[in-house]
Amino acid sequence: MAHIRPTPRQYMILGLVALGAPLGDTCLSRGMTALPPISLTDPMSLVHAIFTPWIGAGIALLIGFFASYLTALSWADLTYVLPATAFGNVIVALFARFWLHETISWQRWAGIVLITVGVGFVTQGPSLTERPAENAAPSGVQEHETAEGRAR
Amino acid sequence: MMPAHPGASPGAWAAAGMIAAVVLTSTAGEVLTAAAMKSVGDLDEIRAKSGMKGAIRAVVTSPLLFAGIFFLALSFFSLLFALNHLSLSLAAPASASLTLITNSIAGKIFLHENVDRRRWMSAGLVCIGVYLLAH
Repeated sequence: MAHIRPTPRQYMILGLVALGAPLGDTCLSRGMTALPPISLTDPMSLVHAIFTPWIGAGIALLIGFFASYLTALSWADLTYVLPATAFGNVIVALFARFWLHETISWQRWAGIVLITVGVGFVTQGPSLTERPAENAAPSGVQEHETAEGRAR
Repeated sequence: MMPAHPGASPGAWAAAGMIAAVVLTSTAGEVLTAAAMKSVGDLDEIRAKSGMKGAIRAVVTSPLLFAGIFFLALSFFSLLFALNHLSLSLAAPASASLTLITNSIAGKIFLHENVDRRRWMSAGLVCIGVYLLAH
């Protein structure tokens, strides 16, 4: 496996993937709990909900998450992107502890440590599996590897 | 959090089946999405050559991507179904952490990714960590 490492810009995209989903979910949760109960007999109230600030922000963050996720998958392996982006769970837990002053049990602290160590392991390795030139891999991947090789 | 129907909690096999459905559909969706993006190529390079419109066109014309989104949607509804019968503290962390392991296996088999010892160890640690964090 070649040691293809992400560029600083690509690390930034991985950060957006990690933060986008948990922050988007948090915004949606905050927006929906602030609304009065929504009945299935009045579906238009759901449409109105989209235009409230918290839900609008949540949807924008989740669209940003999916765009960043697709971008990351275009230059990195799935088995690299998924563990790396799990770090978002840690950031949300730390937000809950130090911003919302929630209590975090020792099990959760253990989870935070394990995820951090796991993410540290995977990000120290190559982000993309190098394939031989004669392999029938998609042309975009080969071009990317060549470009990465030039950059190194 | 209690399940929606605490009086009719399912047996262990039914619970395992519901979680397995979430994990398998999610894995299929992730793998198909990853395969779609690999076939499209590096989006940063496409955007540099053809602009944002070119990048969007390259993504939305990939049939594999829509297959992936279909399975991800199926996974979402499977999770909703599971949450209707199981407690959140079981269904959410179990499916989130097991998906990391099945994705590593599927990535190796179907995407031919080089899942070395470092990635297995990372997937295992993150899997346990996500379970502990979400439990």
